[in-house]
Amino acid sequence: MWKLLQIELFKIFKRPRTYIAFGAIAAVVLLFQIGMKFDGKTYLDLILNNVSDSFEVDDTFKGKLLNGYFICFAILNILLIQMPLLVALVAGDAIAGEANMGTLRLSLTKPISRTQYMLVKFMASIIYTLLLLIWLAILALFGSMLIFGTNSLVIFRSEIIEQMNSYDVLWRYVAAFGYAAVALTTVSALAFLLSVFAENSIGPIIATMSIVIVFTILSEFNIPLYDKNVKPYLFTTHMVAWKGFFYVQTDAENRTIDGSIQNLPAILRSLGILVIYIVGFVGSAIWIFRKKDILT
Amino acid sequence: MRKILLLLALLNTACFAKAQTIEDIIKNVKAKLDKVSDYEAEGKMKTNVIFIKAPIAKVKVYYKKPNKLRINNESGISFIPKGSVNINLGNIFINTSGFDMIDMGKEAKTNLRIIKLLPKDENSDVVLSTLYIDETQSLIRKAKTTTKENGTYELEMTYGKYAEYGLADKVIFSFNTKDYKLPKGITFDYDDGSKKEESPDKLKNKKGKVEIVYASYKINKGVPDAVFK
Repeated sequence: MWKLLQIELFKIFKRPRTYIAFGAIAAVVLLFQIGMKFDGKTYLDLILNNVSDSFEVDDTFKGKLLNGYFICFAILNILLIQMPLLVALVAGDAIAGEANMGTLRLSLTKPISRTQYMLVKFMASIIYTLLLLIWLAILALFGSMLIFGTNSLVIFRSEIIEQMNSYDVLWRYVAAFGYAAVALTTVSALAFLLSVFAENSIGPIIATMSIVIVFTILSEFNIPLYDKNVKPYLFTTHMVAWKGFFYVQTDAENRTIDGSIQNLPAILRSLGILVIYIVGFVGSAIWIFRKKDILT
Repeated sequence: MRKILLLLALLNTACFAKAQTIEDIIKNVKAKLDKVSDYEAEGKMKTNVIFIKAPIAKVKVYYKKPNKLRINNESGISFIPKGSVNINLGNIFINTSGFDMIDMGKEAKTNLRIIKLLPKDENSDVVLSTLYIDETQSLIRKAKTTTKENGTYELEMTYGKYAEYGLADKVIFSFNTKDYKLPKGITFDYDDGSKKEESPDKLKNKKGKVEIVYASYKINKGVPDAVFK
């Protein structure tokens, strides 16, 4: 298995397009950081417009607000919606790419079961996803901490502002990145499943993205019919639960409690739903692949 | 004879105290506050605003005559309400000639003297200030200021070891907050199912409170102007 995994990883990282995702992440993060460094206060004006009538929002305040933790949160807010595309690039290619090149049948002549073959392919996709997230963490979190420094983290939600002490932030990012790994693995598993049906990797990649986009839009709709009957079952609804690590409990006087999470059971429930999706997608992919006639 | 003289002296004091006009009271309060040209105070600030979840902050408060005041959270970020300059009571008396004073008598519960200050200048942002004054100590215990632009501010002071300078150990600053709302399309909130205590409509125009508990003051030691920039 280990040898097979090494071969799969070698194949993934031999392809130039694998690095497109790393390049795209670096470009987005760096462009955002440059923008924030030179014009971050204008960006903040848009967000602070709501509170500037009641509170002092001078340049010193904005300067403190624009710290590494805040920048990283803003980047994750943007990128974790787009990252499924980058993840699908590899996972969607896992089986369909082999079929396209005509190497699938040859690969299966090795003395391993189809289940093992599929599991190794999926594990390689997970490793790729994890490396992508580590790359994102290095650039977005540690890079921003280096460029902008650290301070309290302020999160602007739609109806509430969450504020955390600087010493209470880093562990939340560790948890959030861990959660994001599971969320992106779900997309990876979907692309992997769709990859089984295709003989060209473009199809599964586009299909995955289309599903993610439609589900994300549905998740953001504020229509009661969808809120109760559709949203709780969409994996995209639960993919944003990493933000829950930045929602803090308060005492009776609305003061935040260090080290607290507002609703940990809800995050764990979302995590459980994503794991069920992963098992469902990968299990289906293996089941279908085992029954499939391999003709290429 | 000695007893009669003592009684006369006491009656004289009582009559004098009764005769203390609101101008005298304000003068005494102002004289106390005027002892302070500047200060640097350390304290802890608690913010209680319905849409802000904030930790307790260690703050430094800088003041310099006539009306410079700055609250700095040096180890973090704090939402400082507009009008917080009014936590410095001297601000009320910057231009005493610009006000008409009205004696509203004494508050039954607290026995505090209520004095209303009405600005003579029609263009003044302040519409009305109401002071609740402890006459015996010449200390303002409570103040309400209504402004044209920013609603009504309320101050409640508790005094301790810095009372001789008219500086409070604890200040509760209440202010009006406007509604806060960002589109969900920007925030992409995660709905964790937590119950919202109030509907968005009720979040509108709520009172916010900031409580500062001072640990120490450095009075009249000089504060550089750069602090207020």
